[in-house]
Amino acid sequence: MKASPHLVLALLITVCFTVATTTQPKALNWSVRAQADSVLKVLLGDGRRMFANHFFTQADVVFHSGYYPSIFDKREKPTASPIQGGHDEHGESSEESEQHVHGENCNHGEDAHEKEMAFLNQPRDWIERFGRNFFVTDHTHLADGKEREILPWLRLSAELDPQRVETYTVAAFWLRTKLGKVAEAEQFLREGLQANPRSYEILFALGQLQYESHRDSNRARNLWELALRRWQDQESGKEEPDISGLREIALNLARLEEEQGNLRRAIQHLELAKRISPHPEVLQKQIEELTQKLTAPL
Amino acid sequence: MNTVWALTGVVIKELYRRKDFYVLLVLTAMITLAAGSASFFNDAKIVGYLKDICLLLIWVSALVIAIGTAARQIPAEREQRTIFPLLAKPVTRWQVIVGKFLGCWLACGLALVVFYAFFVVVTGSREHHWPVLNYFQAMWLQWIMLGVVIALVLFGSIVFSAASANATICFVLVVGILLIGRHLNKVALQQPEPLSTFIYVIYFLIPHLEWYDVRDLIVYDHGLIPWLQCGLATLYGAAYVLLFLFAAWLAFRRKRLSV
Repeated sequence: MKASPHLVLALLITVCFTVATTTQPKALNWSVRAQADSVLKVLLGDGRRMFANHFFTQADVVFHSGYYPSIFDKREKPTASPIQGGHDEHGESSEESEQHVHGENCNHGEDAHEKEMAFLNQPRDWIERFGRNFFVTDHTHLADGKEREILPWLRLSAELDPQRVETYTVAAFWLRTKLGKVAEAEQFLREGLQANPRSYEILFALGQLQYESHRDSNRARNLWELALRRWQDQESGKEEPDISGLREIALNLARLEEEQGNLRRAIQHLELAKRISPHPEVLQKQIEELTQKLTAPL
Repeated sequence: MNTVWALTGVVIKELYRRKDFYVLLVLTAMITLAAGSASFFNDAKIVGYLKDICLLLIWVSALVIAIGTAARQIPAEREQRTIFPLLAKPVTRWQVIVGKFLGCWLACGLALVVFYAFFVVVTGSREHHWPVLNYFQAMWLQWIMLGVVIALVLFGSIVFSAASANATICFVLVVGILLIGRHLNKVALQQPEPLSTFIYVIYFLIPHLEWYDVRDLIVYDHGLIPWLQCGLATLYGAAYVLLFLFAAWLAFRRKRLSV
């Protein structure tokens, strides 16, 4: 039996119509997802976070001009090291402390950092000794505007994982303080805030930008007070809250209020900072000074 | 020596007749230019990531060209039975090995020159300075490394039955050495005996190809490597080339050529 070409054509048209009606809703759904998320998110799914971490670490590698410990060097460190084991003075885990790109919030001493990065021991054999001629063996940091080289990796990291708050704050810090790109820093922080509307870290960084770069104390105060409320909403109930974040917000608010002459508010913020500070005696002294100013006759 | 050069010439002609090199060059150029066209925070001076990407692509492309070219030389001659008229010229088996090696090595050298010329133009146009000697050192060391790889692959092409198996094994071996060769002694120290000694022996036996990967020094604008160290690394590479070529000749000398 020979099928009529018209019948075959009709069958093919019917099949096409059926396939189209079946796949159309799925395709529409897919394109809506693609608009809502980035193409990378659609393609990589949650795996993109792994790449985002890698690019964030790569930014740190670039910041150290290629001088960076490998997983083998990390394993060699003594486990009793205060940096390697448990938490350092920031409350960061060792994993986090090894990956940071020395942002604004990083105030641990140079000595501790030098110790952390002194992973090259004496060469064990002639191969290792000779091989050191061919890779970076000096611990240096980018300077004189060369810090810009970390930015592409941070941008990529943010593209891959928009929920990684640290990427925005670190990039904004370098953009604003070392490269003089305040507008770009603000734009990037706002992108971060759009992706993480409840982030107190980004609000705090935006406040710093307003206070230090735009000299806009009112906006800075509003942003920091919002950051403080967000911190209390998210962190106060936790077993291990981000104390350093709260301390930064409270101390900056105290400084701002003192400069604006609102001494009572400044004392309130200093009291808050004192409760969580590793050096409460220093803050107590400042509180006493402000109290004296407040009670002194005009 | 004329016989060796004749064989060498044939291999070089093969490289520019095949499409591998052109495809890899165009891919490298396209990816690099696409990356270069991206703007990060309106800063046109950022160039490090571009160097990083371009050098990585050059390394991958050069390894693919070297291993791909070297792996098919002797198996192809055997499969097409051209090895018999070749050896009847008369050409000794040692000359075949050396001719094939030199052909692959010089062909890779030519490919490297083109790749690095592109790299120099792209990075120079962005950062407006031309550390030519640093680039020369990087290219020279990479070329020496490729010599060791080609000699290893030629040896593998006589030992292994299929060119594809040889290429895959050599690629895995070379990438493995590049990634963890430098750290094997540290790994060895953390293992119990006799595994520790075994890994340490491997560490001393393998050619340390990772020495020749000086991309970080280029990307992060470090100074020149002392020329003496470059010379010693060249001698070290040459020793491994001779070792692998000698091993290839020993295996090829007694090899039955009929498929």
